[in-house]
Amino acid sequence: MITRKVRKWEKLPGKNTFCCDGRVMMARQKGVFYLTLFLIVGTCSLFFAFECPYLAVHLSPTIPVFAIVLFLFVLAMLLRTSFSDPGVLPRALQEEATFIEMEIEAANGNVPAGQRPPPRIRNVQINNQIVKLKYCYTCKIFRPPRASHCSICDNCVDRFDHHCPWVGNCVGKRNYRYFYLFTLSLSLLTIYIFTFDIVHVLVCFFTLWSVVGLTGFHTYLLSLNQTTNEDIKGSWSGKNRVQNPYSHKNIIKNCCEVLCGPTYPSVLDRRGLTQEDSPVPVASAAPSSSSSSSSPVPQTTKTKAPLIPNKRTPDDAKPSIAASAQKSPSPKEENPPAPKAPPLASPEMDVETSINKDKTH
Amino acid sequence: MRQQAAVAAKVFIQRDYTNGTVCQFQTKFPSELETRLDKQQFEETVRTLNNLYAEAEKLGSQSYIEGCLACLTAYTVFLCMETHYEKVLKKITKYIQEQNDKIYAPRGLLLTDPIERGLRVIEVTIFEDRSLTR
Repeated sequence: MITRKVRKWEKLPGKNTFCCDGRVMMARQKGVFYLTLFLIVGTCSLFFAFECPYLAVHLSPTIPVFAIVLFLFVLAMLLRTSFSDPGVLPRALQEEATFIEMEIEAANGNVPAGQRPPPRIRNVQINNQIVKLKYCYTCKIFRPPRASHCSICDNCVDRFDHHCPWVGNCVGKRNYRYFYLFTLSLSLLTIYIFTFDIVHVLVCFFTLWSVVGLTGFHTYLLSLNQTTNEDIKGSWSGKNRVQNPYSHKNIIKNCCEVLCGPTYPSVLDRRGLTQEDSPVPVASAAPSSSSSSSSPVPQTTKTKAPLIPNKRTPDDAKPSIAASAQKSPSPKEENPPAPKAPPLASPEMDVETSINKDKTH
Repeated sequence: MRQQAAVAAKVFIQRDYTNGTVCQFQTKFPSELETRLDKQQFEETVRTLNNLYAEAEKLGSQSYIEGCLACLTAYTVFLCMETHYEKVLKKITKYIQEQNDKIYAPRGLLLTDPIERGLRVIEVTIFEDRSLTR
């Protein structure tokens, strides 16, 4: 008889698979476990590849670092749960099995033929309570309290919790803490990733909302050949207002004019040469008293009192103002308004001037 | 010598669950050993074993510290360090060997370490009594 040395795991009954020369012990069906691994590693890789650069730069580099630590902990707990012995009770050897059976028969006494033998139960008193220990026909032992036989792995497991396909193993006395830490750390990891994804999504969302909103708004303006200013002021909207005279009343035409119309040249001649004289005070620069347009350059001037009647002009002042306003020209060029004036005041004056001119004429 | 002795019988000392699931063995003296061994001696052996197992499973500051430290290192610390339970199991193995050498072997008995039977029973092998010395 040739005897060779074998490891004990090679001789173990039951439906477990062993790896690494007995160091790793798992259930036979491992498909769902591979799925679990894939899901965890996959989603975390996506998080590290796509989210973490953004978070590290815009928030803090400790965020991905903590995520990596947590991820490694989750993996460690998962592998520990899956690969360890859950607390399998070895089956009784022949002599022990016989010994127990003799004890059972002695306890049961003579059973008349034809009757079913009573169930193999042993009563034990634990902390003043009677606990029934059941006999396992497969393992030929009386199961200790809280042990149970797993039909998938075909083993009795001490303090049997359940057989978990997600980890590909039973969860019992020896690996319950790893299983619990696995579920706990995985919850923390998913909440962590979710939180930072939401932060990123919210930031992106608000950016998106702003930019898309702005684009939409300007598309609207384009189609109506309006300016933002006109829209804010409500120049062309409302029943008592004139319709936008600059609009072609055709969306496509409006868009084409603004987007594809002729490119206007600059009239500033910035690089032209000039003589350097003593500084001449520019008429428009001073908040000047002269409201009448004596300067050749069409400028709008700001006076203390409103020159042109507008909404805010008291009614009695309007006729006198309107008279003087006729003298001032109102060119419609793309001049920037006088710097000292509040931006909206002068264009309004321009517009109002032209309206009033129309009205009075 | 003893290895060639035939096995006459085996006795299995069962677990004692009256205190819950902690590892304890019944101290009831089996009748099969009456001819070979003193009741006192036997009870002494089992009681010592019970105390050792209780030490291994004790919930105290040492076990909590060990547990927390291990958790923080994701249990990698056990690659270099033995658990407290494993240390006590080594002590138990040594004690059983001692007992076998000093007391049981001279009486044609052999105690099997319960760890080899899944901590379910203490197996006592009774060899055929070839020597007639009593």
